Amino acid sequence: MTVIETAFTPWASLIGGLLIGFATVLLMLVRGNVFGATGVLAGFMTPSSSSDWAWRATLIAGMLTGPFAILLFTGGFPVIEVPMSRLAMIVGGFIVGIGVTYGSGCTSGHGVCGLARLSPRSIAATATFMLFSFITVYVIRHVIGG
Amino acid sequence: MQKLLIYISGLMFGVGVSMGGMANPAKVQNFFDVFGVWDPSLALVMGGALLVTAPGYWLIFKRGKPLFAGGFSVPTNRTIDAKLIFGSATFGIGWGIAGFCPGASIPVMSTLNPDVLIFSGAMIAGIFAAKGMMHLAAQRSAKAGQAA
Repeated sequence: MTVIETAFTPWASLIGGLLIGFATVLLMLVRGNVFGATGVLAGFMTPSSSSDWAWRATLIAGMLTGPFAILLFTGGFPVIEVPMSRLAMIVGGFIVGIGVTYGSGCTSGHGVCGLARLSPRSIAATATFMLFSFITVYVIRHVIGG
Repeated sequence: MQKLLIYISGLMFGVGVSMGGMANPAKVQNFFDVFGVWDPSLALVMGGALLVTAPGYWLIFKRGKPLFAGGFSVPTNRTIDAKLIFGSATFGIGWGIAGFCPGASIPVMSTLNPDVLIFSGAMIAGIFAAKGMMHLAAQRSAKAGQAA
């Protein structure tokens, strides 16, 4: 574990957030679906029909193009700084996969689309995963790492 | 037309996640490190998204139906159960450990960053493992129901 300090980026983060908002609104307007990354990915891997697969594949293709748009405008891919080990990527990734499946959603599905609809399940889910992320980072950095 | 709009939706999401810093594990961990090197940026990502999604959804729902489908396919379950809380708590632990969430890792897979690819592979394995466990649990409870 290392700590990589990052600068507060209010404008880039706010604009990024607004863009995520417009993306969710566009998908709801076009197809009537929530933009939950977990649901989109799970349905892409185990689709219920070929038309169900097609729109998910199109959406994911768009998502994957995002970093290239950043490359085009800034001359570089988005910054990815990883403070944790490869083992943490494997363990963390596996735990995330289990959690989002049992929890039926993640930051985009519950944290954005669900909160926007004032879904009680999403409010409970978001409060829970934010709290547990906070506790986990606290333990990693100030209990084990401190 | 529908395909193009869906593609643009994905593209905006991918650009938004990348710009916002959501796909940078250092920034994600620092957001939660309130008592350390706190970086509040991600609050603006989620806040910014909600600022658009909440009124946007409201207007679309008021409109009655989507452009290219007969109705909305939004989740209707409103019950807060143990599965939801267990899953969300588990997800939170994994997010804290790795610093990536699904919506952030999917777009940046195209950068072929090895950490992203390893995280995403493990995440997909976790999704299938959980689906398998849930399937087994459903079978077992169905059998228990038959026995009774």
